[in-house]
Amino acid sequence: MRKKTFYATQLKHATHMLFFKHHRKPGVKGWELRKRLGSDYPKILALLNRHLEKLDLQVKTVFEEEKPSEKPTGAQLDKARFYITLSGTLTPKETKMMGWRIDDIAGLAITISTIIAKKGKVAREEVKQLLRDKLPGWRVDFSLDRYIRAGYIDQDEKGQLYLDWRTRAEIDEKTLIDLLVAK
Amino acid sequence: MSTNRHKKRLGKEQLERIIDLCHSLEGRSLDPFLVDIDNVLSIIHKYFPEWKNPEELCLDAEAVHQIASAIKLQSEWIKHRSTSLYTDPFLIEDKLRKLPKEEIGTIFLKSWHPVVELEQISPASLEEAIKYWKSLVPLDERWQELGGLHVETGTATREELLKQQIIAEKEFSKELEKFWEELKQKAMGKDKIEYWDFVGTETYEETVRRAYMTSFLVTYGYATLEVDRLEEIIYIIPFKTPIPMPEAKQAVSLPISITIEDWKNWKERVKN
Repeated sequence: MRKKTFYATQLKHATHMLFFKHHRKPGVKGWELRKRLGSDYPKILALLNRHLEKLDLQVKTVFEEEKPSEKPTGAQLDKARFYITLSGTLTPKETKMMGWRIDDIAGLAITISTIIAKKGKVAREEVKQLLRDKLPGWRVDFSLDRYIRAGYIDQDEKGQLYLDWRTRAEIDEKTLIDLLVAK
Repeated sequence: MSTNRHKKRLGKEQLERIIDLCHSLEGRSLDPFLVDIDNVLSIIHKYFPEWKNPEELCLDAEAVHQIASAIKLQSEWIKHRSTSLYTDPFLIEDKLRKLPKEEIGTIFLKSWHPVVELEQISPASLEEAIKYWKSLVPLDERWQELGGLHVETGTATREELLKQQIIAEKEFSKELEKFWEELKQKAMGKDKIEYWDFVGTETYEETVRRAYMTSFLVTYGYATLEVDRLEEIIYIIPFKTPIPMPEAKQAVSLPISITIEDWKNWKERVKN
């Protein structure tokens, strides 16, 4: 009984930590969860995941480097960032209600897939050329700046674009590329 | 002696070429295997005994540094190609160009799982907000500060409006028609004329005025623009008779920058 109460309390703590933004960016680092929930936190997250599944949500783990091929170590989990994301997908109508027009979505897809195809880095000008084919000219820079502000991409001082934290948290890169190639 | 100097100069040129090549790999996302590492290393090795002063040795060190960066890029390239994410970039680009944006959007939605996030106010930011609110001056006091200049209403003469450039001396439509005639004259014998050759004049102010007038020629259907994206050249094509734009057709805006640098470049080009 005491064990059950313990897990119920920890589950609430984990929910509060993951749903509410504590930093500038959403999500919580593994070490923060360990500090609050104890070293057993991966088990609590698995439990939370089971509850979230019913709501079409999931706990997403984004590792600092590439996703480990085997079971992640404690150190890798500590450095990873955990988010609550949608488990399924959205319909175009839903995205419109979230403030994303089809132009914005297509522009983001073009930008991200071009960066992935070019080994994670591409000149802004090159992406702009591609975007001009699909979007009105005045929207091109506006859209790229919006993707940067939202954290999907970032730009270095040489004008090179690369993927940022939100793409790693939200986009299934392999599915995106596979679906594009299959078309 | 002069053979030695010649050899040194040749060596410096080679090193500079190596540095430029390695730089362009990173800047333009080129295939890093364009650099034949063995070959460039042998060049550096060949000229190394020639370098005596610090400047030459720095150039040599910079070349070695750039080669190291190129090797790093090659290693990243191989790593990327061995991942499951690797797909020919040209294939992806081709797909992106051919697919309509609606379809690209639908594909993206199948791979997008947005983060759920709730923003809430923290005690610290609440405290900050209270402080700001308390320090705010009441609205009636702030408006007093802004004040405003009270001007008596009156009438303006035609001369005053001309001076303030609110109205033009010549009737605008007449001026536009005259401008259209000039365009047709200049394009006589060919069906189009390069944009800058038409708007460009001796002074920057006049060039801007002509560019402004040209924009009306295009908007009102007296001429149209053609863009050669490959050569980055814009042409103006005058119509024999004005063609009004069909209402159903959506207008496309083409912003053309007329900066002082653009104008200087054009002048330079014309001189040469």
